[in-house]
Amino acid sequence: MRVDLRHVADFIDDNARVLDLGCGDGELLEYLQQSKSIRGYGVERDQDAIESCIQRGVNVIEHDLNSGLDRFPDDSFDIVVMTETLQALESPRNLLRELLRIANRCIVSFPNFGHWRCRFQLLFRGRMPVAEHLPHAWYNTPNIHLCTFRDFDEMCQLEGFEVVERSVVDPKYRKLTTKSALSNLFGTTGFYVLGRGK
Amino acid sequence: MNAPVSDTHASVGIVEPKLQELDQGVTLQCGEVLPRLELIYETYGDLNQDRSNAVLICHALSGHHHAAGFHNETETRPGWWDNCIGPGKPIDTNRFHVVSLNNLGGCHGSTGPRSIDPNTGKPYGEKFPTVTVKDWVKTQAMLADALNIERFAAVIGGSLGGMQALQWAIDYPDRIGHAVLIACAPKLSAQNIAFNEIARLAIKMDSVDGSSDEMLPGLGLARMIGHVTYLSDDSMGTKFGREVKSGDIEQGRDVQFQVESYLHYQGSRFAQTFDPNTYVLVTRALDYFDPAIEHNDNLVETLQPATAKFLVISFSSDWRFSPERSDEIVDALVAAGKSTVSANIVSNMGHDSFLMDIPRYFTVLKTYLASVADELDT
Repeated sequence: MRVDLRHVADFIDDNARVLDLGCGDGELLEYLQQSKSIRGYGVERDQDAIESCIQRGVNVIEHDLNSGLDRFPDDSFDIVVMTETLQALESPRNLLRELLRIANRCIVSFPNFGHWRCRFQLLFRGRMPVAEHLPHAWYNTPNIHLCTFRDFDEMCQLEGFEVVERSVVDPKYRKLTTKSALSNLFGTTGFYVLGRGK
Repeated sequence: MNAPVSDTHASVGIVEPKLQELDQGVTLQCGEVLPRLELIYETYGDLNQDRSNAVLICHALSGHHHAAGFHNETETRPGWWDNCIGPGKPIDTNRFHVVSLNNLGGCHGSTGPRSIDPNTGKPYGEKFPTVTVKDWVKTQAMLADALNIERFAAVIGGSLGGMQALQWAIDYPDRIGHAVLIACAPKLSAQNIAFNEIARLAIKMDSVDGSSDEMLPGLGLARMIGHVTYLSDDSMGTKFGREVKSGDIEQGRDVQFQVESYLHYQGSRFAQTFDPNTYVLVTRALDYFDPAIEHNDNLVETLQPATAKFLVISFSSDWRFSPERSDEIVDALVAAGKSTVSANIVSNMGHDSFLMDIPRYFTVLKTYLASVADELDT
């Protein structure tokens, strides 16, 4: 299984109702069904990914996240998962609000634009960063809303989202235990467990 | 375009319709009793030893039991869903035992308006009792009993056929493994009912003033109306555009557009083979279909008893039963916690898409049904 998905799985309780937005080929849901007997639904718009989900026996709803999530009622799930998708959305902040309407917990992961490699490439080479965790060139990247961990933290504060847990990994998906200023420099992917806050 | 998913040459070959008598009769939802009935059906592919690989095909408005193969060597057109049913096709007869019937009230061999009413000794005609989707599902289950099929691995249908598959999942949860709902809706909209009523009126006009047009009876007009709603503006534009078949458009004399000629042809051909009373009866069944009505319009609650897994497929240009209508079903299934897969297929062919071999549509169906067959093998 994708290493980052194993990381996400650690945050999910047994028998939970899980909504996986941008579920891809359904790998996470299949794993969670087998190991934690969760009841899960994936949401995906990519045809090939949907077919993989069908082959895996994973529930999947064809839906484009950019058209909103009105179809999912308030509190209809225990937890919403969205891995490596936030940065490709048209309106990431609105969608995060929706996530926390549908469930009172969500897990989001996204690549860190503040990683030192990104900073280095922009500062010294004057070029748009391309790195292991951000492999696309500027002209074909699906990532239209990139941010740094610090940016994300600030938005959570403004929106009143509670950061229940935050963990940061390096390119080899090893957990970084460093302070937040350093993690924003050396971490490539962030995993945030968010709650509705007060 | 991808290569076609199914081998269109693979065929179930020559098939023979069979007639099943159900002499225990049936009490219909409307309260009327049919003391005995017959259902005509065909089967394709072998039933396995534990009788678990049966799949039921439910037909739509004008469909019937002859879904695949040919009745004889001289027949030029195969069954209505031959592109989808056969060896190696999405509904794979190498793996499934496919049962396809003509519903009660039909005009292709099952008991219907053309049958003799034992009480009068004359054909039922317009006196044939009102039949609902629930009645169809009930009589389909009776057919299954007669064929010694306890449980269908899947019940599959498009349009009105999808409604039957949905009703199966609600009424007989223990007897259906998967429900495949294609281009379907949980109930008709006012616009849908309006089109049906116009079609019915066209048929009734014939008997009112007796001035039935020999060339195009009311049933033909009804079919023309229906046909327009099955296509999309886009597909009609591509197929016919403003092409003129005859006449002079500059002088505005005796002009017949291609699209007019096509609709006339479809209408009159249909009127020759179909029964007007069946058409009225089936459109009524469509209008009345609303399983949630018994549960205060709560579709989620209505779906609670279902244990089947669901595949729901819709088509982007279908304005008769739009993707939003399929999503109503999907959202209720998710809220009810039922296993669900949904796919929206991009197509410009309108409601009729469900009969076309659109590569992605057939891929989804084939992949899903292959996993259904795999379940049976393990």
